[in-house]
Amino acid sequence: MLRHVVAPASAVPPGGRMLAEVAGKKIAIFNLGGEFFGLLNRCPHQGGELCRGTTSGLLEAAAPGEYRYTRQGEILRCPWHGWEFDIRTGQSRAEPQRIRTKAYAVERASGAALAEEPELRAETFPVAIEQDYIVVDL
Amino acid sequence: MNAMATTGAIDCDIHPAVPGPAALLPYLPPQWRDMVVQRGVHDLETITYPRNSPLTARPDWRVPDGKAGSDLGQLRAQALDGFGLRYAICNCLYGVQVLFSEDMAAAYATAVNDWLAAEWLDREPRLRASIVVPVQNPEMAAAEIERRAADRRFVQVLLPAQGDVPLGKRSLWPIYAAAERHGLPVGIHAGGSYRHPITPVGWPSYHTEDYVDQAQGMQTQLTSLVCEGVFSKFPELRVVMIESGFTWLPAFLWRLEKYWRGLRMEIPWVDRSPSAIIRDQVRFTLQPVDGPPEAADLLKVIEHMGSEELLLFSTDYPHWQFDGDAALPATLPPELMRRITVENPLETYPRLREAIAS
Repeated sequence: MLRHVVAPASAVPPGGRMLAEVAGKKIAIFNLGGEFFGLLNRCPHQGGELCRGTTSGLLEAAAPGEYRYTRQGEILRCPWHGWEFDIRTGQSRAEPQRIRTKAYAVERASGAALAEEPELRAETFPVAIEQDYIVVDL
Repeated sequence: MNAMATTGAIDCDIHPAVPGPAALLPYLPPQWRDMVVQRGVHDLETITYPRNSPLTARPDWRVPDGKAGSDLGQLRAQALDGFGLRYAICNCLYGVQVLFSEDMAAAYATAVNDWLAAEWLDREPRLRASIVVPVQNPEMAAAEIERRAADRRFVQVLLPAQGDVPLGKRSLWPIYAAAERHGLPVGIHAGGSYRHPITPVGWPSYHTEDYVDQAQGMQTQLTSLVCEGVFSKFPELRVVMIESGFTWLPAFLWRLEKYWRGLRMEIPWVDRSPSAIIRDQVRFTLQPVDGPPEAADLLKVIEHMGSEELLLFSTDYPHWQFDGDAALPATLPPELMRRITVENPLETYPRLREAIAS
C-alpha cells in the first residue's frame, strides 16, 4: 500500500470536497465534520462524476410518512441519475450489498509525522512540518 | 392433454353473474328493497363486458336468455367438472363500485355477498368467493370485511382496478388493514367505476382499446401500492392482480426499479427493491395470457419475472380468453404447471390451505 499526500488539510474544510488525482485514479475527497473520506469519482451505474453530486442527509422511514432524517451532508447523489452513496462507505443506499463505489482510506496527518515516513509520496508540493495534510492510501 | 393438466387445479378467477336486479332484492334490507323497486334502479352493469361482446363469454359458455355465468348448473358442468377443478374463486363483478351513495353501495355489497353465500357457496362445496366491498367508503368496506371474515369460504377481498383514487392512497388503508388481519389477500380485478377515463390520456373509442388499456390501469395501481408504501405498512398483505395480464411485468419492473434507484429518498419506506417486494407480496392470475408469438418464448418471460411463484391458475370463466380446454399454455413444463395450478394458489390463499388440511 502506498500513501499519497494530496493536499493540505485546510484545502478541504468541513462540508467541503475536492477532486484528487492519485496515481492515475480520480478520487473525490470529502470532509465530514473533520474526518476525511475518499470515493472513486465514478458512479458504478454509468460513470457519472460523483464529486459533482449534491449531498443530503439520510432519509429513512419505518412506515409511510414516518420520516427520519439523520446524517446530514453524508449522503452523496450522483449528478446523472440520482443514485445515492454513503460517503463513509461508498455503499449505495438502494442496494448497499450489491452496488457500491470504491472507497479509499483517507486520513489527516501532521507534516511532522509525515516527515518520518520514507515511503511517502507528496505529489506536487512541499510538506511543512507545522501543517496537517490529507493522505490517501492506495 | 390440458384437461389432465387442470385436474385438481385451483381456479383463481371465475365469474358468477347476478342474473338481474331482482335476484338481489331478497338480500337487501327492506328500506333499500323498496327504494330499488320504487326508483326503478336497473342492473348495476358496467361497460367492461357488454353483453354481446365476444370477449364477454365464449360461445359455448353463454347462457340462453341470460347472462353468461348466471347458471350454477352450467358453471358446475363447464368450469368445475369441465376442468376438473378442486376449488374455484368467484369474483362477482356486479357494479357496486359505480354507485355514488355510500350507504346504498354498502347495502348492495352486503347483498351480493349474502347472495354469493346462499346461491353459490351453500350449493357447491368447490366454490369459494371474494368479498365485494363498498370501496366508496373504506370504513364501510372494512366493516363488510369484518362481517364476512368468519365465513372461511370467503378467501379474498375484491377491489376494482380503476376507481376514484389510486389504490395506494392512505384513505384506503382500512381495507388493507382488515384484509391483512383476517389473512385475506386483496384481489384487484380489471374494470372499475368508468367515470374516469380508463387511460391517462382520455376516453378511447373502441372496446379493443378499453381492453388493451386495462393493463395500464393495473400497472398504475401496482406502482401506487408500492410507492405509497402499502406493502411496507402491511407486510403480511398479499395482492392478486386478476385478469391483468402478466407478460408486461418484466419491463414494468425494470422501469420501476430504475426510477426507484434514483428517487428512493422520496419514498424511503420502500426500503428494498420494488422487484423483491412484488415477488414477495403480489401474484397474478394466468388468464388472459398475452403470450409471445413463439409459444416457447413464454418461458423466457416467466424467467424475466424472476420467480415461478407469481402465477395463479385461472380460466376467467365464462370470459373468452382461450378455446377448448387450453387454459394452460402447452409449453409449460409439468412442474411449473403444478406450481401454477396448485402450489401457488395454496401459498397465496391461507383459507384454501386451511380447507385442504381439514
